[in-house]
Amino acid sequence: MKTNGMDDVRLMKGNEALAEAAFRAGMQAYFGYPITPQSEILEYLTLHAHEYPGVVVLQAESEVAAINMVYGAAGAGARVMISSSSPGISLMQEGLSYMASAQLPALIVNVQRGGPGLGTIQPSQADYFQAVKGGGHGDYHLLVLAPSTVQEMVDFVIEGFKLAEKYRNPVMILTDGALGQMMERVVLPPKGVLPPAPAPWATTGKPPTRERNIITSLFIQPEKMEEVNLVLQAKYAQMRESDVRYECIQTEDAEIMLVAFGLMARICQKVLELAREKGIKVGMVRPITLYPFPTTILQQLAETARVFLTVEMNAGQMVEDVRLSVNGKRPVHFYGRLGGIIPTVEEILEKLESLC
Amino acid sequence: MKSTYELIIAGFGGQGVLLLGQILAYAAVSEGKEVSWMPSYGPEMRGGTANCIVIISDQHISSPLVSTFDAAILLSQPALDKFERAIRPQGLLVYEQSTIIRPPLRNDLEVLCIPGIVEAEKLMSKQVANMVLLGAFLEKLPIVKSEHILVALRSVLPSHRQHLIDSNERALVRGKEIARAWSLVK
Repeated sequence: MKTNGMDDVRLMKGNEALAEAAFRAGMQAYFGYPITPQSEILEYLTLHAHEYPGVVVLQAESEVAAINMVYGAAGAGARVMISSSSPGISLMQEGLSYMASAQLPALIVNVQRGGPGLGTIQPSQADYFQAVKGGGHGDYHLLVLAPSTVQEMVDFVIEGFKLAEKYRNPVMILTDGALGQMMERVVLPPKGVLPPAPAPWATTGKPPTRERNIITSLFIQPEKMEEVNLVLQAKYAQMRESDVRYECIQTEDAEIMLVAFGLMARICQKVLELAREKGIKVGMVRPITLYPFPTTILQQLAETARVFLTVEMNAGQMVEDVRLSVNGKRPVHFYGRLGGIIPTVEEILEKLESLC
Repeated sequence: MKSTYELIIAGFGGQGVLLLGQILAYAAVSEGKEVSWMPSYGPEMRGGTANCIVIISDQHISSPLVSTFDAAILLSQPALDKFERAIRPQGLLVYEQSTIIRPPLRNDLEVLCIPGIVEAEKLMSKQVANMVLLGAFLEKLPIVKSEHILVALRSVLPSHRQHLIDSNERALVRGKEIARAWSLVK
């Protein structure tokens, strides 16, 4: 769906826009397995793969197989992406832990649906804990990006590959079924927007000029395993230092501070607009990186805001990180709906007014 | 004209409700506007109401989900039952005549009852009933230009439906005529 003009402006579904962005960002391989509400990613990539000769787009036999294919492709130095929705992402957790340990870059997309279990196909944010606290076993983190518009579904694919390659660590785009299914105006980047990243560590065949490269997550000596862990921890410290991202909206004079990410931040912005019309001094912090979490700005705003209200499409997950950041200085309230229900503007406004 | 329009388009699955919303959205994008199109994609789509929320604005759109609307295009009784009350006072309601048994009760709306299916059958193409309603809607609320709707139609219709462009265009024109005649009667 192309329109005229200088920019490549289109009307696209979140899932399709993300898929097109992956091609343009120089993705070399994709592995996946269908699941609502993200199947359009696999469908779009399959439909358009012939336009990008050499790019591998493969439907694996299962999510477990797909994530291990990603491990292999990333180990060979390929720019690789995988996508799924909540139950499928659960199946991939072992592979993600292995990739974090083996220090492999890859882009993981979770278009969340309501759970637990096989759950529902409606949008949810209930995989926050899984995404930011580990999900798989061991002391590791994904760098987690939370888009709130279809445009950010595009932009964060490019950012995601960049950050994955910068840190040699899997990066997750944590989005939801509504953002995947909805259409918005997007400006697409040109093809080749992201130059190939050198991967001197990749297992691409040993030339006589260097030692062989080894990619593994097995370090049987605990001393060696601790060393690897310290390297990982140093990376996470670097992420917290250099790559925390967030958006502040009307926070300067705000007495009540909303905190919301992804789709919820869009809905809360409407709440903010309506509350401001009523003369209530509301601001909002939208965490863009969920890991590393924007702790410092929340600490700072705890000096000026009277009370915090976190709104999520879950039973209260990010609110724990908000409370850790605010550290008891101000009360932190929560409002959420569960299992695929999206809180409405009216519900949130009512909750907010109860804090006035 | 207002700077933001929040619309609900609803009916049964298969009536072209989501497509109608996409055509509006596409036309608005080609006019340089901000647009969001949010479909119902859940279990309700299979047999019950299918709907989409379309927001067209000159400004950044905050929430793509809203629960009250400036206007509605409704093509089934369940859709009318669900969304009549969600239209803001003085808003516009366009509905399909033959699918509605209990007409709307609100008297603070501008209401257009359009025989979309009958007109579509006259055009030998039952599928274009949605476009008759869109034509009538745009006659009352010209939020996008007709020429952009025609461009959108060509872009949004899948390739195996492109032969229906002509009847779609005629349906749009017919909808506009009916809406004009309706105004005269009133």
